[in-house]
Amino acid sequence: MFKLNKFVFVTAFLASAYVGAQSAEERGLAIAREVDVRDAGFQDATVDITMYLRDKQGNERARNMRNKIMEVEGDGDKSMIIFDNPGDVKGTAFLSFTHKEGPDDQWLFLPALKRIKKISSSNKAGAFMNSEFAFEDIASQEVEKYTYRFLREDEFEGRKVFVNESDPVDPKSGYSKIDVFVDQERYIPLKVEFYDRGGRHKKTLTLTGYQSYLDKYWRANTWTMENHQTGKSTVLKMNNWTFRNGFSESDFNKNSLSRAK
Amino acid sequence: MFSSKFLVFIKNRIFLVNRVLLVILTISSASFPAFAGEGRGYIAAQTRLFWHDALYAGQEQQNISLAGWYEYFQDNEDGDQRIALSLFGRADNEDDERSHMDIRELYWWKGFNEFELYAGVRKIFWGVTESVHLVDVINQDDLLENLDGEEKLGQPMLQVLTQRDWGLVEFFVLPGFREKSYPGVAGRLRPGLPIVEEARYQSRRKDKHIDWAVRWSHYFSIWDMSLSHFSGTHRDPYFFPIVEENGFDNDSGVALQAYYPQVDQSGLALQATVDAWLLKMEAISLKERDVGRNSAAVLGFEYTWFTLAGSNGDLGLVVEYQWDDRRGLRESLSQNDLALGARWAFNDLDGSEVLALVNQDLEKDNRFFSVELSRRLTDNWKLELEARIFSQAENDTFEYQLRNDDYLQVELRRYF
Repeated sequence: MFKLNKFVFVTAFLASAYVGAQSAEERGLAIAREVDVRDAGFQDATVDITMYLRDKQGNERARNMRNKIMEVEGDGDKSMIIFDNPGDVKGTAFLSFTHKEGPDDQWLFLPALKRIKKISSSNKAGAFMNSEFAFEDIASQEVEKYTYRFLREDEFEGRKVFVNESDPVDPKSGYSKIDVFVDQERYIPLKVEFYDRGGRHKKTLTLTGYQSYLDKYWRANTWTMENHQTGKSTVLKMNNWTFRNGFSESDFNKNSLSRAK
Repeated sequence: MFSSKFLVFIKNRIFLVNRVLLVILTISSASFPAFAGEGRGYIAAQTRLFWHDALYAGQEQQNISLAGWYEYFQDNEDGDQRIALSLFGRADNEDDERSHMDIRELYWWKGFNEFELYAGVRKIFWGVTESVHLVDVINQDDLLENLDGEEKLGQPMLQVLTQRDWGLVEFFVLPGFREKSYPGVAGRLRPGLPIVEEARYQSRRKDKHIDWAVRWSHYFSIWDMSLSHFSGTHRDPYFFPIVEENGFDNDSGVALQAYYPQVDQSGLALQATVDAWLLKMEAISLKERDVGRNSAAVLGFEYTWFTLAGSNGDLGLVVEYQWDDRRGLRESLSQNDLALGARWAFNDLDGSEVLALVNQDLEKDNRFFSVELSRRLTDNWKLELEARIFSQAENDTFEYQLRNDDYLQVELRRYF
């Protein structure tokens, strides 16, 4: 028994080394890079978002917001979110500069006071708008923010996927690891499993309703996040994507934030 | 419940609002035909309960008021022009002075290639600290709404700004000075002596003096900073006692008259954002014409424990030290004080929040407490509770006159 096992193991190891000539880490990083490269070049986009917050009893509340995003060469994306409800939050706007390395920059515009406040971006693990999405789940995903390990090839909903483990570099992340199920053909995530700091499976995100824009950029219109520990869930519906609106730096600064509406 | 005088007041104000709206709608339908605008606002019912007996004759123990706020934007199709309107009004059943209406904003904005222009009434916020707002000098405080100096009256202005690689530069021309308004005889939170309607000014042009201001602001890595200069009528008056033979409402025949000096004020605001720490500072250098130069500063930090103890909630702590070298008539309430604040945000579906604050004078025995609670009842209804307590006040200080004015305020708002 022992010998046989060892034989199988050694053979498998040699075979994989021969085929890939790549460690699991290298292969994982290569997949993450390919996902990033294929999505690069969209320049900018806008999208309307409705977020449905559901508790265990099935009560539901909707939150509406609008998002615009711009790619930045050599760094993370810039993004602005404007909230349309509830009443006391309406008109509040959130500006963020994602960075490949170091903390992101974030400002809030508070319309009642007409005040712009730079806020701490270290709240990665905190809930976004009381949803099951943490701030780090909705931030622009930069390759440099994780280390990777290729786990296996698998099938999900009839499609061939790579299962790729991503480990957050930032100790302030709420996750010990994240398993991403990447479509082998299109290099887009179909399912993401989040593990908390204790290594327990906390949440699962499923991305459905993918459509391609500009013949190239795949966007899911439904993001469903289920929290297995609380029984709560959040569904994000993304509507009215527009690409290449000709945004510039001046659409994503504190001055334009003060005019957000 | 409301007096007939009050109803006349409301009728007049509604007439005024209708006229203003008519002008705006005429402008907007002429210049912005293609795009529908969007509005938002609230109506609110509020009551204030004062649990100590009033110190001065005629003052209320409790009041009820109704308030409304409405804001409207309209952009043109190219997105390079906007008109905006923001109206606020309150009707109070006891204090006629507190029944007031204000155009918070009413302006036209246009973006050009190299610069942007705002013309009209606006609200501008400058600064980074929480307990006092030293560098924030463009708008007059609306003291009738709140003592905290965060509610402002609309200020007429011409503003030109330009965004450069090295920062944002803004120029302001400010015609039309707005006086501070104070509670009437029936109102609480006022000094013992009545304040006469007519104010005195250092400038010969009185409230027609045209003020100006300039500001540079920039941000990079952990830093957000601004330098500003203001020249014109000081927003904060000081008071001289005056005597009139035939007396005022009180027996003594003595009243207070506001005096607005001309000042040049330079300001610096700085914030460093490092992890969950916000390190903040504001400093001003103030030159009053014919008097001399004074300075004031506020220095402190804000720290937040996110998702405290595995909950959804965040606990924020604010510590700020306030210092001001003006003395005598010009002395400010924050001349040598320490402010401590804590904010607990539940991050629940109803946005529940508790904010507690204590302000301790380090020279005198004065201490002030404030607690605010708020939560939504539904997505459009919100309930706010606010308690303000002047727990200690030495008898030669301004706060001594407010020593019996502790109050609880309950406000219910409906957003639309």
